[in-house]
Amino acid sequence: MIGLYLPGTSLVHRTPTLLKLALLAVGMALLAAVQGAVSLGVAIAVLAVLYALARVPVRVAWRQVGPVLWLLVIAVPVQALFAGWPAAGLMAGRLIIAVALAALFTLTTTVTSVLSACETALRPFRRWVDPERIGLLIALMIRCVPLVTDIVREVAEARRARGQERSLVALAVPVVVRSLYAADAIGEALTARGFDD
Amino acid sequence: MSVIEFAQVSHRFGEREVLRDVTLRLTENRIGIVGANGSGKSTLVRMINGLVTPDTGRVTVDGLDVARRGRDVRRRVAFVFTNPDNQIVMPTVREDVAFTLRGRRLSPAEVATRTDAALERFGLAGHAEHPSHRLSGGQKQLLALAAVLVAEPAVVVADEPTTLLDARNARRIAALLAGLPQQVIVVTHQLDLLADFDRVIVIDEGRVAADAAPGVALAAYDALLA
Repeated sequence: MIGLYLPGTSLVHRTPTLLKLALLAVGMALLAAVQGAVSLGVAIAVLAVLYALARVPVRVAWRQVGPVLWLLVIAVPVQALFAGWPAAGLMAGRLIIAVALAALFTLTTTVTSVLSACETALRPFRRWVDPERIGLLIALMIRCVPLVTDIVREVAEARRARGQERSLVALAVPVVVRSLYAADAIGEALTARGFDD
Repeated sequence: MSVIEFAQVSHRFGEREVLRDVTLRLTENRIGIVGANGSGKSTLVRMINGLVTPDTGRVTVDGLDVARRGRDVRRRVAFVFTNPDNQIVMPTVREDVAFTLRGRRLSPAEVATRTDAALERFGLAGHAEHPSHRLSGGQKQLLALAAVLVAEPAVVVADEPTTLLDARNARRIAALLAGLPQQVIVVTHQLDLLADFDRVIVIDEGRVAADAAPGVALAAYDALLA
Protein backbone atom coordinates (compact mmCIF):
# COMPACT_ATOMS: atom_id res chain seq x y z
CA MET A 1 0.00 0.00 0.00
CA ILE A 2 2.99 2.21 0.47
CA GLY A 3 2.80 4.69 -2.37
CA LEU A 4 1.23 2.03 -4.64
CA TYR A 5 -2.22 3.49 -5.14
CA LEU A 6 -2.94 4.29 -8.78
CA PRO A 7 -5.74 6.85 -9.00
CA GLY A 8 -8.58 5.86 -11.30
CA THR A 9 -12.32 5.48 -11.82
CA SER A 10 -12.47 1.94 -13.23
CA LEU A 11 -14.98 -0.66 -12.13
CA VAL A 12 -12.31 -2.19 -9.92
CA HIS A 13 -11.56 1.19 -8.30
CA ARG A 14 -15.25 1.79 -7.65
CA THR A 15 -15.95 -1.63 -6.16
CA PRO A 16 -16.65 -1.25 -2.42
CA THR A 17 -13.58 -2.05 -0.38
CA LEU A 18 -15.18 -4.69 1.82
CA LEU A 19 -16.43 -6.50 -1.28
CA LYS A 20 -12.96 -6.28 -2.81
CA LEU A 21 -11.42 -7.69 0.34
CA ALA A 22 -13.94 -10.53 0.39
CA LEU A 23 -13.33 -11.30 -3.29
CA LEU A 24 -9.59 -11.21 -2.66
CA ALA A 25 -9.99 -13.75 0.13
CA VAL A 26 -12.15 -15.96 -2.08
CA GLY A 27 -9.65 -15.61 -4.91
CA MET A 28 -6.79 -16.69 -2.67
CA ALA A 29 -8.80 -19.69 -1.47
CA LEU A 30 -9.67 -20.73 -5.03
CA LEU A 31 -6.03 -20.33 -6.00
CA ALA A 32 -5.09 -22.98 -3.47
CA ALA A 33 -7.43 -25.36 -5.31
CA VAL A 34 -5.79 -24.76 -8.69
CA GLN A 35 -4.28 -28.02 -9.96
CA GLY A 36 -2.69 -28.35 -13.36
CA ALA A 37 -1.80 -26.14 -16.27
CA VAL A 38 -5.35 -25.59 -17.55
CA SER A 39 -6.77 -24.20 -14.31
CA LEU A 40 -3.59 -22.16 -13.85
CA GLY A 41 -4.08 -20.74 -17.34
CA VAL A 42 -7.68 -19.81 -16.50
CA ALA A 43 -6.53 -18.10 -13.31
CA ILE A 44 -3.92 -16.09 -15.23
CA ALA A 45 -6.53 -15.10 -17.83
CA VAL A 46 -8.90 -13.89 -15.08
CA LEU A 47 -6.03 -11.92 -13.55
CA ALA A 48 -5.21 -10.31 -16.89
CA VAL A 49 -8.85 -9.30 -17.36
CA LEU A 50 -8.95 -7.73 -13.90
CA TYR A 51 -5.78 -5.74 -14.57
CA ALA A 52 -7.20 -4.60 -17.91
CA LEU A 53 -10.47 -3.59 -16.24
CA ALA A 54 -8.51 -1.59 -13.68
CA ARG A 55 -6.54 0.04 -16.54
CA VAL A 56 -3.21 -0.73 -14.91
CA PRO A 57 -0.35 -0.03 -17.35
CA VAL A 58 1.77 -3.07 -18.22
CA ARG A 59 4.95 -1.59 -16.71
CA VAL A 60 3.14 -0.93 -13.42
CA ALA A 61 1.75 -4.48 -13.41
CA TRP A 62 5.23 -5.84 -14.09
CA ARG A 63 6.67 -3.86 -11.16
CA GLN A 64 4.29 -5.64 -8.79
CA VAL A 65 5.43 -9.16 -9.63
CA GLY A 66 9.00 -8.46 -10.74
CA PRO A 67 10.51 -8.67 -7.24
CA VAL A 68 8.86 -12.06 -6.64
CA LEU A 69 10.66 -13.54 -9.63
CA TRP A 70 13.97 -13.20 -7.81
CA LEU A 71 12.58 -15.30 -5.00
CA LEU A 72 11.39 -17.91 -7.48
CA VAL A 73 14.85 -18.19 -9.02
CA ILE A 74 15.83 -19.94 -5.78
CA ALA A 75 12.52 -21.50 -4.75
CA VAL A 76 11.57 -23.20 -8.01
CA PRO A 77 14.72 -25.33 -8.42
CA VAL A 78 14.51 -26.34 -4.76
CA GLN A 79 10.85 -27.32 -5.16
CA ALA A 80 11.66 -29.17 -8.37
CA LEU A 81 14.36 -31.13 -6.59
CA PHE A 82 11.92 -32.44 -3.98
CA ALA A 83 8.59 -32.54 -5.84
CA GLY A 84 9.34 -32.36 -9.54
CA TRP A 85 9.08 -29.64 -12.13
CA PRO A 86 5.26 -29.72 -12.56
CA ALA A 87 4.80 -29.08 -8.82
CA ALA A 88 7.45 -26.36 -8.91
CA GLY A 89 5.73 -24.71 -11.86
CA LEU A 90 2.37 -24.85 -10.09
CA MET A 91 3.85 -23.30 -6.96
CA ALA A 92 5.45 -20.50 -8.98
CA GLY A 93 2.23 -19.83 -10.85
CA ARG A 94 0.15 -19.68 -7.68
CA LEU A 95 2.62 -17.35 -5.96
CA ILE A 96 2.78 -14.94 -8.86
CA ILE A 97 -1.01 -14.84 -9.15
CA ALA A 98 -1.42 -14.34 -5.39
CA VAL A 99 1.06 -11.45 -5.34
CA ALA A 100 -0.54 -9.90 -8.42
CA LEU A 101 -4.04 -10.15 -6.91
CA ALA A 102 -2.90 -8.52 -3.67
CA ALA A 103 -1.09 -5.83 -5.64
CA LEU A 104 -4.22 -5.15 -7.69
CA PHE A 105 -6.07 -4.54 -4.46
CA THR A 106 -3.50 -1.98 -3.25
CA LEU A 107 -3.29 -0.35 -6.69
CA THR A 108 -7.02 0.30 -6.72
CA THR A 109 -7.79 1.00 -3.07
CA THR A 110 -6.86 4.01 -0.94
CA VAL A 111 -5.72 3.54 2.64
CA THR A 112 -8.60 5.73 3.77
CA SER A 113 -11.13 3.35 2.26
CA VAL A 114 -9.35 0.37 3.84
CA LEU A 115 -9.57 2.11 7.22
CA SER A 116 -13.25 2.87 6.72
CA ALA A 117 -13.87 -0.73 5.68
CA CYS A 118 -12.05 -2.01 8.79
CA GLU A 119 -14.10 0.30 10.97
CA THR A 120 -17.33 -0.88 9.34
CA ALA A 121 -16.35 -4.52 9.72
CA LEU A 122 -15.40 -4.06 13.37
CA ARG A 123 -18.42 -1.98 14.32
CA PRO A 124 -20.45 -5.02 15.52
CA PHE A 125 -17.62 -5.69 17.98
CA ARG A 126 -17.53 -2.13 19.33
CA ARG A 127 -18.16 -3.36 22.80
CA TRP A 128 -14.77 -5.08 22.91
CA VAL A 129 -12.72 -3.32 20.28
CA ASP A 130 -12.40 0.34 19.22
CA PRO A 131 -12.74 0.27 15.39
CA GLU A 132 -11.27 3.75 14.91
CA ARG A 133 -8.23 2.87 16.96
CA ILE A 134 -7.66 -0.29 14.91
CA GLY A 135 -8.00 1.76 11.74
CA LEU A 136 -5.46 4.27 13.03
CA LEU A 137 -3.10 1.44 13.94
CA ILE A 138 -3.23 0.12 10.38
CA ALA A 139 -2.61 3.59 8.93
CA LEU A 140 0.36 4.14 11.20
CA MET A 141 1.79 0.73 10.36
CA ILE A 142 1.68 1.62 6.68
CA ARG A 143 3.08 5.10 7.31
CA CYS A 144 6.00 3.80 9.35
CA VAL A 145 7.38 1.58 6.59
CA PRO A 146 8.85 4.43 4.51
CA LEU A 147 9.76 6.28 7.71
CA VAL A 148 11.84 3.40 9.07
CA THR A 149 13.25 2.75 5.59
CA ASP A 150 14.54 6.34 5.55
CA ILE A 151 16.02 5.93 9.03
CA VAL A 152 17.83 2.75 8.01
CA ARG A 153 19.18 4.42 4.88
CA GLU A 154 20.42 7.49 6.78
CA VAL A 155 22.06 5.40 9.50
CA ALA A 156 23.68 3.16 6.88
CA GLU A 157 25.10 6.23 5.14
CA ALA A 158 26.41 7.61 8.40
CA ARG A 159 27.93 4.24 9.23
CA ARG A 160 29.66 4.14 5.86
CA ALA A 161 30.89 7.71 6.27
CA ARG A 162 32.52 6.69 9.53
CA GLY A 163 34.13 3.60 8.04
CA GLN A 164 31.94 1.18 10.01
CA GLU A 165 30.23 -0.63 7.12
CA ARG A 166 30.77 -4.04 8.73
CA SER A 167 29.39 -3.16 12.13
CA LEU A 168 25.89 -4.49 12.73
CA VAL A 169 25.75 -2.70 16.08
CA ALA A 170 26.50 0.62 14.36
CA LEU A 171 23.39 0.02 12.23
CA ALA A 172 20.97 -1.69 14.60
CA VAL A 173 21.36 0.49 17.69
CA PRO A 174 20.88 3.88 16.01
CA VAL A 175 17.99 2.53 13.92
CA VAL A 176 16.19 1.27 17.02
CA VAL A 177 16.87 4.45 19.00
CA ARG A 178 15.82 6.79 16.20
CA SER A 179 12.74 4.69 15.48
CA LEU A 180 11.68 4.95 19.11
CA TYR A 181 12.21 8.72 19.06
CA ALA A 182 10.20 8.91 15.83
CA ALA A 183 7.40 6.87 17.41
CA ASP A 184 7.37 9.26 20.35
CA ALA A 185 7.24 12.28 18.05
CA ILE A 186 4.44 10.77 15.95
CA GLY A 187 2.46 10.07 19.11
CA GLU A 188 2.87 13.70 20.11
CA ALA A 189 1.79 14.88 16.67
CA LEU A 190 -1.30 12.64 16.78
CA THR A 191 -2.23 14.09 20.14
CA ALA A 192 -1.82 17.58 18.71
CA ARG A 193 -4.10 16.65 15.78
CA GLY A 194 -6.80 15.56 18.20
CA PHE A 195 -6.19 11.82 18.29
CA ASP A 196 -5.23 11.46 21.91
CA ASP A 197 -5.60 8.67 24.47
CA MET B 1 -8.10 36.77 19.47
CA SER B 2 -7.81 33.96 21.95
CA VAL B 3 -6.46 34.71 25.40
CA ILE B 4 -3.68 32.36 26.48
CA GLU B 5 -2.54 32.65 30.06
CA PHE B 6 0.37 31.18 31.94
CA ALA B 7 -0.01 31.58 35.71
CA GLN B 8 3.17 30.89 37.68
CA VAL B 9 4.06 27.92 35.56
CA SER B 10 7.03 25.74 36.40
CA HIS B 11 8.06 22.43 34.91
CA ARG B 12 10.81 19.88 35.23
CA PHE B 13 12.07 17.07 33.05
CA GLY B 14 13.70 14.76 35.54
CA GLU B 15 16.26 16.77 37.49
CA ARG B 16 16.27 19.65 35.04
CA GLU B 17 14.00 22.61 35.61
CA VAL B 18 12.96 23.79 32.14
CA LEU B 19 10.46 26.47 33.09
CA ARG B 20 10.56 28.57 36.24
CA ASP B 21 7.61 30.55 37.49
CA VAL B 22 6.45 31.83 34.11
CA THR B 23 3.52 34.23 34.06
CA LEU B 24 2.29 35.49 30.70
CA ARG B 25 -0.89 36.72 29.07
CA LEU B 26 -0.87 36.28 25.29
CA THR B 27 -3.50 38.17 23.36
CA GLU B 28 -1.67 39.59 20.37
CA ASN B 29 -2.15 38.47 16.80
CA ARG B 30 1.48 37.63 16.08
CA ILE B 31 3.80 36.49 18.86
CA GLY B 32 7.37 35.29 18.46
CA ILE B 33 9.25 33.19 20.99
CA VAL B 34 13.06 33.11 20.87
CA GLY B 35 15.80 31.66 23.01
CA ALA B 36 18.83 29.43 22.97
CA ASN B 37 18.58 25.67 22.54
CA GLY B 38 17.36 24.16 25.79
CA SER B 39 16.01 27.46 27.10
CA GLY B 40 12.48 26.07 27.55
CA LYS B 41 10.72 27.72 24.63
CA SER B 42 9.53 24.47 23.02
CA THR B 43 8.20 23.27 26.38
CA LEU B 44 6.45 26.61 26.81
CA VAL B 45 4.62 26.43 23.48
CA ARG B 46 3.77 22.76 23.93
CA MET B 47 1.86 23.79 27.02
CA ILE B 48 -0.38 26.00 24.91
CA ASN B 49 -2.11 23.03 23.35
CA GLY B 50 -1.64 20.69 26.25
CA LEU B 51 1.06 18.45 24.82
CA VAL B 52 2.90 19.18 28.05
CA THR B 53 1.05 20.02 31.25
CA PRO B 54 2.82 22.09 33.89
CA ASP B 55 4.06 20.61 37.16
CA THR B 56 2.94 23.72 38.98
CA GLY B 57 0.82 26.65 37.93
CA ARG B 58 -1.87 26.76 35.31
CA VAL B 59 -2.14 27.33 31.58
CA THR B 60 -5.48 28.32 30.07
CA VAL B 61 -6.72 29.03 26.58
CA ASP B 62 -9.87 31.16 26.60
CA GLY B 63 -10.44 30.04 30.15
CA LEU B 64 -9.98 26.34 29.38
CA ASP B 65 -7.39 24.65 31.58
CA VAL B 66 -5.06 22.69 29.28
CA ALA B 67 -4.49 20.07 31.98
CA ARG B 68 -8.20 19.33 32.40
CA ARG B 69 -9.66 20.24 29.03
CA GLY B 70 -6.80 19.22 26.75
CA ARG B 71 -9.04 17.84 24.02
CA ASP B 72 -11.14 20.99 23.85
CA VAL B 73 -8.01 23.10 23.82
CA ARG B 74 -6.50 21.09 20.97
CA ARG B 75 -9.60 21.75 18.85
CA ARG B 76 -8.82 25.44 19.13
CA VAL B 77 -5.04 25.33 19.02
CA ALA B 78 -3.22 23.74 16.08
CA PHE B 79 0.42 22.75 16.43
CA VAL B 80 3.02 22.60 13.68
CA PHE B 81 6.20 20.70 14.49
CA THR B 82 9.76 21.24 13.33
CA ASN B 83 9.93 17.94 11.47
CA PRO B 84 6.89 17.44 9.25
CA ASP B 85 7.75 13.75 8.79
CA ASN B 86 6.57 13.15 12.33
CA GLN B 87 3.28 14.84 11.64
CA ILE B 88 2.36 13.04 8.42
CA VAL B 89 0.23 9.98 9.12
CA MET B 90 -1.44 8.91 5.89
CA PRO B 91 0.17 7.61 2.69
CA THR B 92 -1.16 10.21 0.27
CA VAL B 93 -1.35 13.99 0.52
CA ARG B 94 -5.13 14.15 0.21
CA GLU B 95 -5.66 11.42 2.79
CA ASP B 96 -3.36 13.12 5.27
CA VAL B 97 -5.24 16.42 5.08
CA ALA B 98 -8.60 14.65 5.30
CA PHE B 99 -7.36 12.63 8.28
CA THR B 100 -7.61 15.68 10.55
CA LEU B 101 -11.36 15.84 9.93
CA ARG B 102 -12.06 12.26 11.01
CA GLY B 103 -14.27 12.02 14.06
CA ARG B 104 -15.64 15.54 13.59
CA ARG B 105 -19.05 14.39 12.37
CA LEU B 106 -18.74 15.95 8.94
CA SER B 107 -20.35 14.43 5.87
CA PRO B 108 -18.01 12.88 3.26
CA ALA B 109 -18.93 15.73 0.92
CA GLU B 110 -17.98 18.35 3.50
CA VAL B 111 -14.69 16.56 4.23
CA ALA B 112 -13.92 16.45 0.51
CA THR B 113 -14.78 20.14 0.03
CA ARG B 114 -12.65 21.30 2.93
CA THR B 115 -9.78 19.01 1.96
CA ASP B 116 -9.79 20.27 -1.62
CA ALA B 117 -9.88 23.87 -0.42
CA ALA B 118 -6.91 23.31 1.90
CA LEU B 119 -4.92 21.57 -0.84
CA GLU B 120 -5.65 24.42 -3.24
CA ARG B 121 -4.73 27.07 -0.67
CA PHE B 122 -1.31 25.55 0.00
CA GLY B 123 -0.47 24.72 -3.59
CA LEU B 124 -0.77 20.98 -3.09
CA ALA B 125 -3.73 20.25 -5.34
CA GLY B 126 -1.42 18.85 -8.01
CA HIS B 127 0.13 16.47 -5.47
CA ALA B 128 -3.14 15.30 -3.92
CA GLU B 129 -2.73 11.63 -4.90
CA HIS B 130 1.06 11.54 -4.49
CA PRO B 131 2.71 9.56 -1.68
CA SER B 132 3.20 11.99 1.18
CA HIS B 133 6.60 10.59 2.14
CA ARG B 134 7.97 11.41 -1.32
CA LEU B 135 7.31 15.15 -1.09
CA SER B 136 10.21 17.55 -0.72
CA GLY B 137 10.94 19.05 2.69
CA GLY B 138 9.14 22.27 1.84
CA GLN B 139 6.13 20.45 0.43
CA LYS B 140 5.94 18.28 3.55
CA GLN B 141 5.84 21.36 5.75
CA LEU B 142 3.11 22.80 3.51
CA LEU B 143 1.23 19.53 3.94
CA ALA B 144 1.68 19.74 7.70
CA LEU B 145 0.24 23.27 7.63
CA ALA B 146 -2.66 22.26 5.39
CA ALA B 147 -3.40 19.27 7.60
CA VAL B 148 -3.75 21.38 10.75
CA LEU B 149 -5.44 24.40 9.18
CA VAL B 150 -8.17 22.32 7.47
CA ALA B 151 -9.71 22.07 10.94
CA GLU B 152 -9.97 25.88 11.14
CA PRO B 153 -8.37 26.37 14.54
CA ALA B 154 -8.39 29.71 16.37
CA VAL B 155 -4.66 29.62 17.16
CA VAL B 156 -1.66 28.22 15.33
CA VAL B 157 1.48 27.41 17.27
CA ALA B 158 4.55 26.59 15.20
CA ASP B 159 7.72 25.24 16.80
CA GLU B 160 10.66 26.16 14.57
CA PRO B 161 8.71 25.36 11.39
CA THR B 162 11.51 26.51 9.07
CA THR B 163 14.57 24.99 10.76
CA LEU B 164 14.81 22.02 8.40
CA LEU B 165 14.03 24.00 5.26
CA ASP B 166 16.18 25.76 2.68
CA ALA B 167 16.02 29.55 2.49
CA ARG B 168 13.35 29.69 -0.22
CA ASN B 169 11.00 27.24 1.48
CA ALA B 170 11.64 28.90 4.84
CA ARG B 171 10.53 32.24 3.43
CA ARG B 172 7.51 30.61 1.83
CA ILE B 173 6.37 28.99 5.07
CA ALA B 174 7.07 32.19 6.99
CA ALA B 175 5.00 34.19 4.52
CA LEU B 176 2.13 31.71 4.77
CA LEU B 177 2.17 31.89 8.55
CA ALA B 178 2.25 35.69 8.43
CA GLY B 179 -0.81 35.72 6.17
CA LEU B 180 -3.01 33.46 8.30
CA PRO B 181 -6.20 34.91 9.80
CA GLN B 182 -5.57 32.94 13.00
CA GLN B 183 -3.58 34.09 16.00
CA VAL B 184 -0.06 32.79 15.37
CA ILE B 185 2.67 31.99 17.88
CA VAL B 186 6.01 31.01 16.39
CA VAL B 187 9.17 29.69 17.97
CA THR B 188 12.03 30.51 15.66
CA HIS B 189 15.75 31.12 15.36
CA GLN B 190 15.15 33.17 12.20
CA LEU B 191 14.98 36.52 13.88
CA ASP B 192 14.32 38.46 10.68
CA LEU B 193 10.92 36.76 10.45
CA LEU B 194 9.77 38.54 13.58
CA ALA B 195 10.19 42.12 12.39
CA ASP B 196 6.44 42.63 11.80
CA PHE B 197 5.27 40.68 14.81
CA ASP B 198 3.30 42.34 17.61
CA ARG B 199 5.31 40.90 20.44
CA VAL B 200 8.48 38.88 21.01
CA ILE B 201 9.23 36.92 24.16
CA VAL B 202 12.78 35.88 24.98
CA ILE B 203 13.14 32.74 27.07
CA ASP B 204 16.41 32.17 28.88
CA GLU B 205 17.05 29.25 31.24
CA GLY B 206 13.35 28.70 31.76
CA ARG B 207 12.47 32.30 32.54
CA VAL B 208 11.08 35.20 30.56
CA ALA B 209 14.15 37.34 29.96
CA ALA B 210 12.45 39.91 27.75
CA ASP B 211 8.90 40.57 26.60
CA ALA B 212 8.37 43.54 24.31
CA ALA B 213 8.00 44.74 20.75
CA PRO B 214 10.37 42.97 18.33
CA GLY B 215 13.03 45.69 18.25
CA VAL B 216 13.40 45.91 22.00
CA ALA B 217 13.08 42.18 22.71
CA LEU B 218 15.56 41.16 20.04
CA ALA B 219 18.07 43.74 21.27
CA ALA B 220 17.77 42.20 24.72
CA TYR B 221 18.23 38.73 23.18
CA ASP B 222 21.31 39.97 21.36
CA ALA B 223 22.73 41.25 24.63
CA LEU B 224 22.13 37.85 26.23
CA LEU B 225 24.06 36.12 23.47
CA ALA B 226 27.06 38.43 23.83
